[in-house]
Amino acid sequence: MSKQIKAVSLISGGLDSMLATKAIMEQGVHVEGINFFTGFCVEGHTHAIRKKDKDKPKRNNSLWVAETLGIKLHIIDIIEEYKDVLINPKHGYGANMNPCLDCKVFMVKKAKQWMEENDFDFIITGEVIGQRPMSQRRDTMPIIAAESGADDRLLRPLCAQNLPLTLPEREGWISRDELFGFTGRGRKPQMALADKYGFKDYSQPAGGCCFLTDESYSAKLVDLWKARGTKDYELDDVMLLKVGRHIRPNQNFKVIVAREDGEARFLQGYKKNYINMNCASHRGPLALVDGDPSAEDLHVAAQIVARYGQGRDAEQVEVMIRDLAGNESTIQVKPLAKDEIPKEWFV
Amino acid sequence: MSQYELDAKRLLCPLPVIRTQDKIKQLQQGDVLTVTCTDPGVLQDIPAWCRINGHKVLETKSDEYEFIIILEVGE
Repeated sequence: MSKQIKAVSLISGGLDSMLATKAIMEQGVHVEGINFFTGFCVEGHTHAIRKKDKDKPKRNNSLWVAETLGIKLHIIDIIEEYKDVLINPKHGYGANMNPCLDCKVFMVKKAKQWMEENDFDFIITGEVIGQRPMSQRRDTMPIIAAESGADDRLLRPLCAQNLPLTLPEREGWISRDELFGFTGRGRKPQMALADKYGFKDYSQPAGGCCFLTDESYSAKLVDLWKARGTKDYELDDVMLLKVGRHIRPNQNFKVIVAREDGEARFLQGYKKNYINMNCASHRGPLALVDGDPSAEDLHVAAQIVARYGQGRDAEQVEVMIRDLAGNESTIQVKPLAKDEIPKEWFV
Repeated sequence: MSQYELDAKRLLCPLPVIRTQDKIKQLQQGDVLTVTCTDPGVLQDIPAWCRINGHKVLETKSDEYEFIIILEVGE
């Protein structure tokens, strides 16, 4: 009896990796999916936090893809290891803080490790030549295969006919004729193939599901590193950059002000880790203070918090401040007027 | 069969799924795991993950702020 050939497929939750996986399953290969969580694949996070989005149905696209294809999915936490990829990318960043090429090398390397540990034979990705400006170019795709160590065990079914032969093709595990020669940023061939396979309701996120491709998010991350004087972060930092208004009056502190009830509830979970405050005399938002503020800075922070409460037009607002030990104190402040918060303070 | 609990509060998806996946690796078939979360996304994601990987969701409960999923470990 011949050995069952097995492939591990990098499932992002988007259409391309779904099609690539299906194409190989159609050739009788046993496929299981792998999905890496870097901390920045946070497409559902805002949705989960903000109250106004609560009624919309939400799904994890990689799980949906795996269930639609009928394959197992292994979700791997790579938050800690990913820090080095983001902080020291050998190939640099894209348009924002996205280290796409280093990221892909790292993920394929991790997939190779998984493949070897689980006695699988090759790796599939949904990459297409010319699809992305950094990691999916004719000159960078060989770098991924080489630097990850996957070499010819890395198969890109959607554009394989435009690439050199890989081991699965040479060994006859799969037929090259039944692979594809897609190129470029156009989506028509993928949509036609999705139609052929009967896939509907698939996800096509612009720029993928990575927040590092987002300009506003990247600016907040850079601000965090600059203020701390070091390129480092924890998962809580990554999460908090998604929540609230971030206002930095000075390098030594910033204020994170909840924009609505869902965000306020989420920030409640961080009250033990940050100095925090809210209006006591009027309804108003919860805010965290990140950094090392002086008493004078806390006064400014309180004026900002008062600005976003119902006492914004009052002469004086009482603000409750809780320090890191949980001690509470109140101060009276005059809320800052809209034009008293310089634009540069908004991160 | 033993009963286990997992606190996945404050974690946003897919972390509750990952923590559930990692916890189940330590359990035996037939064990029952109760996962408590605050991200409503788990009501879709953990059952989906269970269906894919052969585990059975016995019950889901939720109030405004917490979402509880009770599952039985499969093969």
